[in-house]
Amino acid sequence: MKSWSSYVLLALALVALWLTLNQTLAAAQWLLAIPIAIAATWGYASLRPAHTPVRRVWVGLALAFAVLGDIVRSNFAVARIVIFARSRDRTAGFLDIPLELRNSLGLALLACIVTSTPGTSWARYDATAGVLTLHILDLIDEDAWIDLIKTRYERRLLEMFP
Amino acid sequence: MSAAEQLPALAALVVAALLVFGAALALIGAIGLLRLKTFYERVHPPTMATTLGTGSVLIASMILFSALESRPVLHEILIGIFMTLTTPVTFMLLVRAALHRDRLDQADDPPREAPML
Repeated sequence: MKSWSSYVLLALALVALWLTLNQTLAAAQWLLAIPIAIAATWGYASLRPAHTPVRRVWVGLALAFAVLGDIVRSNFAVARIVIFARSRDRTAGFLDIPLELRNSLGLALLACIVTSTPGTSWARYDATAGVLTLHILDLIDEDAWIDLIKTRYERRLLEMFP
Repeated sequence: MSAAEQLPALAALVVAALLVFGAALALIGAIGLLRLKTFYERVHPPTMATTLGTGSVLIASMILFSALESRPVLHEILIGIFMTLTTPVTFMLLVRAALHRDRLDQADDPPREAPML
C-alpha cells in the first residue's frame, strides 16, 4: 500500500465512525462527517507517524476469524478452570517464545490478540533478543502453546507486516 | 419499558439467552478473580467479561433494538472495537507493574534483567 492510501483509509474509517455513532445516513451528517474526518486525518498526519506498509489485508480477515474462534474457545477453557480446578493442580506459568516478528504494528496487534484471549496475557517483550514472554493460565503443553502463537498468529502477521 | 411487549417471542428468547450467558461469564470472571491465588493468574478471568461477556451483551442489545425499531441498530459494534483496542493497554500496564514490583521484592518468579520494550 502507498503511504497516502492509509490516510484515505483513516479518513473513510472516521466518516464511518461518525455516521455509525449518529445512527444516520442523512445528508446533513455526511456534510459534517467529511470535513471532520479530513481535519482529523490532517491533524494525525502532521504528527508524522512512522509509516508502516500493510500487505495482504485479506490475511488479516482470516486472522480475525481465527482469533474470534480462539476467544470463544478459551473463554470456555478459562471458565472450566475457574469452576472446577483445585488450587493444587493449577499449572500457570511464564513461557518464553522466540519471535521473528519485529514490526511494531504487528507486535501491537499480537498484543491485542494475546490479551483478548482469556488464559494468555502479555508479560514482556525483549526487543533486542526478540523474545516474547507470556503468562499462561493452563501451561501443560508448552510446545502446543508455542506452536499456536507461531503458526496461527505470527505467520499471518509476518505476511501482513514483512 | 412498555415497548418490551412489542418484542417478538423468538427475539425475546434469543436476547434473554445472550444476556444470561454474558452475565454468567462476567460472574465466573469475578469468581475467578477471587479464587485464583497469584496476581498473574488473577489477570486472566476478568478478560472473559471484556471479551465474550461484553460481546454477548452487545449482540443482545443489537437484536433487541433492531427488532423494536425495525431498522438495523449497529453502533454497539463501536463499543466492541474500542474495548478490544483499549483493554490490552490496561492489562499490560498492570502486569508490567507487577513484574517490576516482584523484581524489587526478589520474588519466586524472577523476571530476567533484560532491556524491555
